[in-house]
Amino acid sequence: MTPDPGRAIVLWCPDWPVFAVCREHALDPAAPIALTEAGLVFACSAAARRDGVTRGLKLREAQYRCPELTLLDYDAALDARIFEPVVRAVEATVPGVQLVRPGTLAMRARGPARYYGGEDAAAAALLATVARHGVPDARVGVADGPFAAEQAARAAHESPVRIIEPGASAAFIAPLPVGLVVDARTATLLNRLGVRTLGEFAALPDDDVRRRFGASGAFAHDRAAGREQARVIARTPPPEFEAVQHFEPPLDRVDQLAFAFRVGAEQFIERMRSVRLVCTSLRIELDDEGGGHSSRSWLHPRWFTPADVIDRVRWQLQGAGTADSGLASPIVRLRVIPEHIDSTGNHEEGLWGGGPDERVHHGLTRVQSMLGHEAVVTAAIGGGRMLADRQVLVPWGDRPPELAAAEAPWPGSLPALAPASVFRERQPIALLDARGELVAIDERGAISAAPERFAVGGREAAPVRAWAGPWPVVERWWDAEQAKRVHRFQVVDDDGCAWLLVRDREGWWAEARYD
Amino acid sequence: MTAPLAAPAPRPARVEELQARIRGMQATRLDSKAVPTHPALEAVLPGGTLREGTVVQVEGSTTLLMALLAGPSASGRWVAVAGMPEFGVEAAARFGVSLDRLVLVPDPGRQWLTVVAALADVIPVVAVRPTGRVSAAETSRLQARLRQRGTTLLVAGEWPGSDARLRVEASEWQGIEWGPGRLVEREVVVSAAGRGEFVRSIRSRLRLPDRSLEFAAVHAGAGDAEVAEPIRIGRFAIGEFERRATG
Repeated sequence: MTPDPGRAIVLWCPDWPVFAVCREHALDPAAPIALTEAGLVFACSAAARRDGVTRGLKLREAQYRCPELTLLDYDAALDARIFEPVVRAVEATVPGVQLVRPGTLAMRARGPARYYGGEDAAAAALLATVARHGVPDARVGVADGPFAAEQAARAAHESPVRIIEPGASAAFIAPLPVGLVVDARTATLLNRLGVRTLGEFAALPDDDVRRRFGASGAFAHDRAAGREQARVIARTPPPEFEAVQHFEPPLDRVDQLAFAFRVGAEQFIERMRSVRLVCTSLRIELDDEGGGHSSRSWLHPRWFTPADVIDRVRWQLQGAGTADSGLASPIVRLRVIPEHIDSTGNHEEGLWGGGPDERVHHGLTRVQSMLGHEAVVTAAIGGGRMLADRQVLVPWGDRPPELAAAEAPWPGSLPALAPASVFRERQPIALLDARGELVAIDERGAISAAPERFAVGGREAAPVRAWAGPWPVVERWWDAEQAKRVHRFQVVDDDGCAWLLVRDREGWWAEARYD
Repeated sequence: MTAPLAAPAPRPARVEELQARIRGMQATRLDSKAVPTHPALEAVLPGGTLREGTVVQVEGSTTLLMALLAGPSASGRWVAVAGMPEFGVEAAARFGVSLDRLVLVPDPGRQWLTVVAALADVIPVVAVRPTGRVSAAETSRLQARLRQRGTTLLVAGEWPGSDARLRVEASEWQGIEWGPGRLVEREVVVSAAGRGEFVRSIRSRLRLPDRSLEFAAVHAGAGDAEVAEPIRIGRFAIGEFERRATG
């Protein structure tokens, strides 16, 4: 028999991913909400669960069961980020906390029980702490070992606290399904062997389980029998680098705010530099007087200097405006949180300074601080049929998004020769036949008459030298809202300049020019 | 120099070509070095090559501008394009401009001259479409900076006191007729003039681009016969599809 690992307390916040998303996007947690990952439901709110939405359901099935369901993408980083203040608050109440996963905390019971005078008093203190941080319906379980304690917390239905007496944990977890301790494949196998509950699994002889399922099976067997060897391993709180500044009175000009934060930004960077760290990505949160909240993360191709941090604050505030323009609502609070930090050793400059790319970066950063973050872009080629879809512009310093494969066949896309000018806003044109009427295309893709004349904008029509088409492009025919059915033409005008024209339901447009 | 030697060219043409290459390597002014240029443009540009610290005006063709950018980009230099929101990135990539070293500033707005000056400090080849008129004082100040930094400026528009002016005078597309076919290749006549008002402009013919999406000069002589031969649109298009299907 192994030594008793000690009593454990587990604090569990039900549906934490949904709660975190609701808090970030200011949604109502009582509404039916589901978070999806890889096409399946990952987590859902209580209202959605009442309608029959469960974890692992396909999206279509979930929407069929609950038509008013709000679907959002699951973001693991957001989960952890929203949970971090709760962890810090709990650490202030009870030291030595282990973060099992966002939404679940484990801690040893002995210390808190002695300090607060009993396990139920300690549980009540924990619940009061998280309630102060806006998590109303958390649950606490106390049992022998973290696994049993977590199951106790999940089983707490009538009251928010469930305490399993010492020695009773094995009996408590015995009726639970065996899938809680083993992976899905082993669980199926055990079910086929007729072993359905943890109690039945625990009743199997030790040696046989070890021989058949190996070390991981033996570990699961110990858990099922309530002989858990894992202890609560308290985390070391990470050093605090974030910078918060409150403005009283609130500031309503970008340049004022940038100036006021100058010292804060220098301290923010200096704190990291003193422990030989640099920040390569950070998040800026701004709260204004009207209750508005803006949050965005910024990447840096190298690492942030104080001036770079102030630039990012300015860009986030001013959007498309200029530096001396006023803001819609004055700012009361500014918070800068480092998202990625790295050792300075990985970012040392060479003995003779950086390479030429570093100079380029400095120059482009200057242009960005003149015109704004989105004004300087690099380009990548993505997939798609229309030319505007194929060119993806990424602001300098940002990570390029996941691109659809450009080499995929894309039926209907243009052959090898690409136009040199692709219009951002398509330009209205008129393609006329010999009688001076607009060329029309019928349902079957046949043209009414051969194009003869061609006019750009409101200018006079000039003769067409040559033309080719129509080439149909059909996109997303299965989706009524985004379906697109257009015909393309190549036309050479009288000056010898070639155009790529598009005919859709509304009329004729120029998509691009081969100039 | 690694430019491939042209196959048996007539002797005077060969001498001329060698002279042009010597001119390209020699500095005409103090510290004005040649910038690697696409071989097709050697016959077009005055002096046979782009030079550091000069301003070249390019009128009437974005493809010609891309051809000028392709040479420096292929040799590992950064290039920047300012004030051209409709610059076709895909075409640029296919014509040999490396997207890893291409920076775009689509809307510099009223500050375009300042932006060009800032870009010119760090990027060796900058293309710009001016959105307003520039005064002679501003241009000479910028040009002094370009010479100091060794930056080549390509201007898609008017620029007082440019070192060379390239203009597409005529353009003819092939491979397209009345209905069938598609745009396959284009032959343009580019007129080039050097510095000063009384310089005679030189006309040359270029394929911009040819069938394999390359830029090529159309040489008098052997090239003429090729151009004069009528292209059978239908058969060509079919052949092209066959090649795409099998290759």
